[in-house]
Amino acid sequence: MSRSFDYLDHLEAQAIHILREVAGQFERPALLFSGGKDSITLVRLAEKAFRPGKFPFPLVHVDTGHNFPEVLAYRDQLAKKLGEQLIVRKVEDTIKRQGLTDGSGKFPTRNALQTYTLLELIEEFEFDACIGGARRDEEKARAKERIFSIRDEFGAWDPKRQRPELWDTYNGAIRKGENVRVFPISNWTELDVWQYIRREQIELPDIYFSHSRNCVVMPGGQLLAVTPHIRLDSEDITAVRNVRFRTVGDATCTAAVESRASTIEDIIQDILTTKISERGATRLDDRLSEAAMEDRKKNGYF
Amino acid sequence: MNILKFITAGSVDDGKSTLIGRLLFDSKAVSHDILHTLERQSRNKNAGELDLSLLTDGLRAEREQGITIDVAYKYFNTSKRKFIIADAPGHVQYTRNMVTGASNADLAIILVDARQGIVEQTHRHSLIAALMGIPHILVAVNKMDLVGYDEQVFYKIALDYQKLAQKLGLQEVKIIPISAVVGDNVVHRSNHTPWYTGETLLQHLETVEISHDLPEDQARFQVQYVIRPGHDDYHDYRGYAGALRSGFFRKGDRVRVLPSGIETTLKAIEVHQKEVAEAFAPQPVVLHLADDIDVSRGDSLIRVEDAQPVVSQDIELEICWMSDRPLKVGDRYLLRHNAAHTKAVVKEIYHRVDVHSFEPHAIDAIQLNDIARIKLRTARPLVFDAYRQNRASGGLILINETTFDTVAAGMLRELPREEPATTEFDI
Repeated sequence: MSRSFDYLDHLEAQAIHILREVAGQFERPALLFSGGKDSITLVRLAEKAFRPGKFPFPLVHVDTGHNFPEVLAYRDQLAKKLGEQLIVRKVEDTIKRQGLTDGSGKFPTRNALQTYTLLELIEEFEFDACIGGARRDEEKARAKERIFSIRDEFGAWDPKRQRPELWDTYNGAIRKGENVRVFPISNWTELDVWQYIRREQIELPDIYFSHSRNCVVMPGGQLLAVTPHIRLDSEDITAVRNVRFRTVGDATCTAAVESRASTIEDIIQDILTTKISERGATRLDDRLSEAAMEDRKKNGYF
Repeated sequence: MNILKFITAGSVDDGKSTLIGRLLFDSKAVSHDILHTLERQSRNKNAGELDLSLLTDGLRAEREQGITIDVAYKYFNTSKRKFIIADAPGHVQYTRNMVTGASNADLAIILVDARQGIVEQTHRHSLIAALMGIPHILVAVNKMDLVGYDEQVFYKIALDYQKLAQKLGLQEVKIIPISAVVGDNVVHRSNHTPWYTGETLLQHLETVEISHDLPEDQARFQVQYVIRPGHDDYHDYRGYAGALRSGFFRKGDRVRVLPSGIETTLKAIEVHQKEVAEAFAPQPVVLHLADDIDVSRGDSLIRVEDAQPVVSQDIELEICWMSDRPLKVGDRYLLRHNAAHTKAVVKEIYHRVDVHSFEPHAIDAIQLNDIARIKLRTARPLVFDAYRQNRASGGLILINETTFDTVAAGMLRELPREEPATTEFDI
């Protein structure tokens, strides 16, 4: 019998191990599901970790109200197919309830406001662990985060107070009010995720593949989908382009990239030859300052 | 393609971040936008050339102080291998971060400044590498450009390190003269060191044999989670989910549940919901037993015919202490050994190891960053192997009972076996 075990097998084994540790160590975990490829990958890993049993956690979606409709349709269909519980809470409702100021301007982002809804969710359901699809290769502040990342009652991450994380022994013990963010695919790169999706033949929302879409051409050359959530002015240039999305987030701050990649194979080739990082290409919110992500995480952001 | 996980260790200003930056940059793992940010930051900090160390100094606090606070993970690959780098800071007070990175590393790059030679930090880092059982050591003698690429300087350091390595019993050491700033012998071979004909640093990383140092004859499995679907299709389904920590299991094997000592047969092995005849470490599996016996999270399954683990409530271990609050005899801690969880009390402190001379010294209390040997008594028996023989089943952590912080990494030592495990803990 062959005992070949390649790097995707290693990454998969590590992620399954982490998911099972969450199930073993926590009372009320949740899987944060955005409809993006990383959380879709997490769902596949959860199937491998827990089937034929049910998931020991619900899928939780923080709905910014700025989603692409394709992603919401995919989300509902997936939850139904899996037969797992899906909990959705809207940022809109949090804004009303807490009297928050909604994003404004031409491209009003609710990216930072998601944090408030997430913290409300954690309180409402008393979640002690939230599993997320963040990866260390995404951003420099992420690169320093543990796989079990302890957050205080405000959801804040303190890089100086991180617990040492040894071998594959995870310490999920927390005090009342604290919770843990768990990142099972920390060690995966964007390319690893795509190669895994190819290997596992995982279905994705259509917006990941090349399609023709009406976009605003931003001054920096980035393409932003024309949606009801942004305000167009007369001087804006719009154009129909063949695009796909590399990440799926708030539609007002997630840019599309020009691409003719219509299969997973094409996308992998695209990534192999591309020269721009995933966040650099698509996230308008990280450009605000060099420490943008670090600041958001300290405020309880995912 | 497989994965090499390595750690980089060095003193402040040894050029560690620059070396990683150089590896990423020369192996073309840096994307254009990140390069642009880098150029802008290099200009902000000081007028001059591209500062490659900025590629790894992630947090604003770090950039402001020009230091690294925490372990940063970086990823790159070549056509031969995928690499995961754990970049551990060099400051004395952050030794715990090196231990964190070292616990999962196949290889350690230990940086030595050619102008300084071997310093106290080199001793500390090498000791930790030895303690954590890292199988491969690469000593990068950096800043060769600043000593005029002097062959004699390099060989003197190599000779000094050889002595140190022998003292520590390091398994395999490779020494390479480099300049991370200039790029000598990192990815590309240097013209400045014609006297050095060995591998470049990257060549070594690409080709070093990752001996699967987990023992083949120690089939170890720990239950992480019990799968009981509860619906009609799977009425009698009771699967023990976990990862094989070392060795392999075959369907039909006689297995022993520890610490209870009950024996049964492996009825079925599932990998991703498919039945297989054999599974091997580190595969995640679901195991099914022939008999309906009490098995729960944290219990171990061992192949009866394999070398048996130690089962004991009295354990001796080497620890690296990571807390500001000292450890004393009589102190109580929570203990986590993979999925097993129990309480422990400190029975004895034998000594701490001097990080410079590696000599043992008797002490009463163990301080932050100390490496020491202690004895614990646990509330439940642990099922383990000596860390030196099996990294996958010989490591544990201690947790503070009130803050729940992880306060120690522990490497278990073999105990003389007085009684066979099966009789000691029969119910």
